[in-house]
Amino acid sequence: MPYTADDPRQWSPDELRARIPGWGVDSDPADRPSYPKQRFAPGETGAHWELPDQQPEHAPRERSIEHARLTPVFGTVAPLRGLSGAIRRFAYARFSEGRAAHWLLLILGDRVDVIESSVTSLVSGHPDELVSETGVLSEKRRHGIASRFGRGRVDVKHQWIDPLLVVGPWLLASWGAIALVRKVFRSR
Amino acid sequence: MKAMVYRGPYRVRIEEKDIPAIEHPNDAIVRVTRAAICGSDLHLYHGMMPDTRVGTTFGHEFIGVVEAVGPSVANLQVGDRVMVPFNVYCGSCWFCARGLYSNCHNVNPNATAVGGIYGYSHTCGGYDGGQAEYVRVPFADVGPMVIPEWLDDEDALMLTDALPTGYFGAQLGDITEGDTVVVFGAGPIGLFAAKSSWLMGAGRVIVVDHLENRLAKAREFAHAETFHFGEYDDIVVALKKATDHLGADVAIDAVGAEADGNLTQHITAAKFKLQGGSPIALNWAIDSVRKGGNVSVMGAYGPMFSAVKFGDAMNKGLTLRMNQCPVKRQWPRLLEHIRAGYIKPSEIITHRLPLDDIAEGYHMFSAKLDGCIKPVIVPSAA
Ligand SMILES: [Zn+2]
Ligand SMILES: [Zn+2]
Repeated sequence: MPYTADDPRQWSPDELRARIPGWGVDSDPADRPSYPKQRFAPGETGAHWELPDQQPEHAPRERSIEHARLTPVFGTVAPLRGLSGAIRRFAYARFSEGRAAHWLLLILGDRVDVIESSVTSLVSGHPDELVSETGVLSEKRRHGIASRFGRGRVDVKHQWIDPLLVVGPWLLASWGAIALVRKVFRSR
Repeated sequence: MKAMVYRGPYRVRIEEKDIPAIEHPNDAIVRVTRAAICGSDLHLYHGMMPDTRVGTTFGHEFIGVVEAVGPSVANLQVGDRVMVPFNVYCGSCWFCARGLYSNCHNVNPNATAVGGIYGYSHTCGGYDGGQAEYVRVPFADVGPMVIPEWLDDEDALMLTDALPTGYFGAQLGDITEGDTVVVFGAGPIGLFAAKSSWLMGAGRVIVVDHLENRLAKAREFAHAETFHFGEYDDIVVALKKATDHLGADVAIDAVGAEADGNLTQHITAAKFKLQGGSPIALNWAIDSVRKGGNVSVMGAYGPMFSAVKFGDAMNKGLTLRMNQCPVKRQWPRLLEHIRAGYIKPSEIITHRLPLDDIAEGYHMFSAKLDGCIKPVIVPSAA
């Protein structure tokens, strides 16, 4: 008990060494990798340049305003487009990573992107298959019931609410949009 | 080529994409032979990571064969069988020069707070990942390594993130011989962290989770004592009782942003994205470790704020350590341990699926069906 100075921990190195393969081989921190931390060793990385060549910027690339320049290398997938692109571009151009607005706008951009992409996918003849894309069709094969119930899983207690939380906002938004359209048409 | 593509929260599908091109002189193109789905991919899958764009391909754990190299690549050749760390990094910036490979400043224009990660949203640089037939690998002379002849593909695959990160978690705990270590989460990272704690001389290793198949794995694979937190009214009190009310010397959070166990946190963080993640496991770690102890955070959290119990951490005089793992720094020592037979990393793999079944793979892993601990994806071009 910690109420006195005596150490309550009990352990036997010999017993552990016998029971656990490799017990204690890295007891000395000097044997552990990345030790000491932040050791200056630029020669060990394989880099053979002082500053990497600049990857060509074929289209304007958004970046954090905390950066002084476009990084020498960057990902080029899914360039900004549409309304979601405008929201994201604004989030990057206006707010640093320290601002909640930066991240909340990016999350808004993500949601708008999902709607835009569903529509473009539909128009381009490769519509989203909303059910098969969720993978739920594999429930039976993957023992959905036996995996969830009678196993003391804590997450099962709130799983009933999850579909509501995920789908609910979309249903509300669509209902709102339909109501708005109807109102506009009626007022004509 | 075929690639996994994100379509929106909880939705992924296979699409036909162009084979990636060399975009920088030190790029390589790798034909993927094995990829894995990681627990942190679920944060993307659930729409929790800001700037996760529809049409992007996930997957930061992959191995493959070099298909093409850019003009400045000197260390790799076409045909090499390589494992690729999940970090995209340059090897030459201020941070890389000091070993902070996961914090590279030259690869992620979108953020300065995080380095580059394959297939992990634009917040991590906007790179496509390896759950596809081919992938672009920047800085081919820096990150990838030719897989040693004696090493199995699936052991190599576990070296791209899961094993080094688990080991790194134990390492940041600064374990000294005889320490009691409690690991929250018995997924791949938690299992490897528990196993690694013994290598560093832990006197006792306790693993906490609520999935019985994972706890069984923690007992067999990692020789750990286990606690099912659903069976206790208050897991913090249970852990105090189990440690003579001293508390553990070291606590490792191997859960991250989607921890379960508290409905308010689940709804505000996991479902409505109002926090950077639900810090239940982290708060349990802070409260169950002893005063003056170490908390190591390997769980991934988003860039938004999280409701972390900082006051307790301050009053208890804790040392909090955390980072994304600088994978390649861990490799030499981990290869020795695998070769010596101390760890067989592929033992945690439970499922192998063709790339075409990607939606099923994500759903099964996300809903924790079929005893899934670690699913591996086999692309058709493999
Ligand atoms: Zn991972
Ligand atoms: Zn760097």
